[in-house]
Amino acid sequence: MSDKILMKGNEVLGEAAIIAGCRYYFGYPITPQNEVPAYMARRLPQVDGTFLQAESEIAAINMVFGASAAGARVMTSSSSPGISLKQEGISYLSGARLPAVVVNMMRGGPGLGNIAGAQGDYYQATRGGGNGDYRTVALAPATVQEIADLTIKSFDIADKYRVVVMLMGDGFLGQMAEGVSLPEPSNQKFDKPWALSGAEGREPNIVASLRLNPEDALEKLNDELQATYTQIEENETMSESYMTDDADYLLVAYGMSSRICRSALRALRKEGVKVGLFRPITLWPFPEKELQKAAEGKQKVLTVEMSAGQMLEDVKLSLNGTADIDFYGRTAGMLPDIDEIVRRVKNYGK
Amino acid sequence: MESKGAQFEYIYEKPESLREVKTHYCPGCGHGIVHKLIAESMDELEIQDKTILVAPVGCSVLAYNYIDADGCEAAHGRAPAVATGLKRVHPDKVVISYQGDGDLLAIGTAETIHAANRGENITVIFVNNAIYGMTGGQMAPTTMDKQVTKTTPYGRDTSDVGFPIRACEMLATLERPVFIERTSVHDVKNIRKAKKAIKKALQNQAEGKGYSFVEVLSMCPTNWGVDSQTAVAFVKDTMAPYYPLGNFRDR
Repeated sequence: MSDKILMKGNEVLGEAAIIAGCRYYFGYPITPQNEVPAYMARRLPQVDGTFLQAESEIAAINMVFGASAAGARVMTSSSSPGISLKQEGISYLSGARLPAVVVNMMRGGPGLGNIAGAQGDYYQATRGGGNGDYRTVALAPATVQEIADLTIKSFDIADKYRVVVMLMGDGFLGQMAEGVSLPEPSNQKFDKPWALSGAEGREPNIVASLRLNPEDALEKLNDELQATYTQIEENETMSESYMTDDADYLLVAYGMSSRICRSALRALRKEGVKVGLFRPITLWPFPEKELQKAAEGKQKVLTVEMSAGQMLEDVKLSLNGTADIDFYGRTAGMLPDIDEIVRRVKNYGK
Repeated sequence: MESKGAQFEYIYEKPESLREVKTHYCPGCGHGIVHKLIAESMDELEIQDKTILVAPVGCSVLAYNYIDADGCEAAHGRAPAVATGLKRVHPDKVVISYQGDGDLLAIGTAETIHAANRGENITVIFVNNAIYGMTGGQMAPTTMDKQVTKTTPYGRDTSDVGFPIRACEMLATLERPVFIERTSVHDVKNIRKAKKAIKKALQNQAEGKGYSFVEVLSMCPTNWGVDSQTAVAFVKDTMAPYYPLGNFRDR
């Protein structure tokens, strides 16, 4: 761990990717993540890497496809509408079993929406925004430090399981500057015998998602993918439980909303209201068992999101009728209000 | 195979870079010829184990089943972007983007123009048969004026959907491409010219010269609804006059 420096989330993301060994970045400008391509354009040439501003988000994700097929660690970043454009490529990457890191600094939607931070792409990231039975691992940092740490982890998970990892921040988190200790590289090595490099000294490799024989090939690929997703669920699920043990009430929130919930929690605890916070760090795989444990015996579970209630579905599915669940969300780049959370939780006791 | 007796001599062999597989292409289709020309060029330039072939979406979606080299899929129209990613990681390898007319000039127009404009050191082989073959014969951006297809049942109406697009002429407005040539495979003379252009386009890349583009006018008797000879005549008498054969750039 290095000394703490002050950096913006979007910039630390770029530096952490370089620390993780990423030398290829392809992207297309979109607010509120423009600091990422600007940072990579400046930094990558200094480490003999390649930065390329693509002609579109679609081209960028397909350049990622090519670089990943070539065996390289590669990243693209965008924000909500741009991520929608990348969905075809993400499905193809998943079908071809290519690792990649895709960053979504979410903004207000639907459509062009606005450029403030939001969490309205939870469904898109956790349900598979493209076609077919695939999953993307979705990591949701809540601080600039966690952006750095989870970026390193994203590349390892992507390579280990040959999947797409989505780093789900939002416009506020990306543009916020905080003290950060730059992480060490994990130094995990992953062989890529499937990669394309010209078939010198070996049989040719083919990287493709096309499987025309349904019995032998496509369903087999799908079975392999599902088995991989089960492994990821077992090994990579991450969450944080904060002051949940003695709590009567439980807040559930991720990313930026979890920080607002922490402030509400502190205010409530000061007044003697016993409230805890459960924070999913992986949105997929969703920390189902961990949430069940944290919610056990709680009088009320309040899910707080910067959306109309998308993670709420996973909270309900996980708790499966065992808890009384409430929801509070703001959309379109508006932040949940600390006082409103405090008011609601105090009301539960009345 | 060994020759049986001194009086026989092999004067033609299957290229090393072409796999020994049954073809899935229709009788009279030009793709097989173009595949063979690529494979022959790979043999002659000794680049088989350096080559990565990007296959498009279209009839040639399985091109990597024929060319015996590393192969990569690309989503429809995105072959030049995928090729860009591959080439940026492996600048010392030979990356071929093999594309049809829908892939290159409709859904993938942006990728086509921008890969050329960047001067990516790749080779694009563009098979223009004036129709969508894989999906059963719909209008392509290169479908001829008044040509009947599944989606132009009354003939292409240029007042409604515009004129067929000339790829070579359009790309020749850009500064970075080093080689642009339109060829055809409708007869032996032109097949030989196509071979020369494809080999040059690959050699340019191997020598690090930059972006090379070869268009090949080709037959699709099945989806044109004609016999093979009529298809050959269509390329010669209808397509070639509109899409003039020849070199547009050679630096």
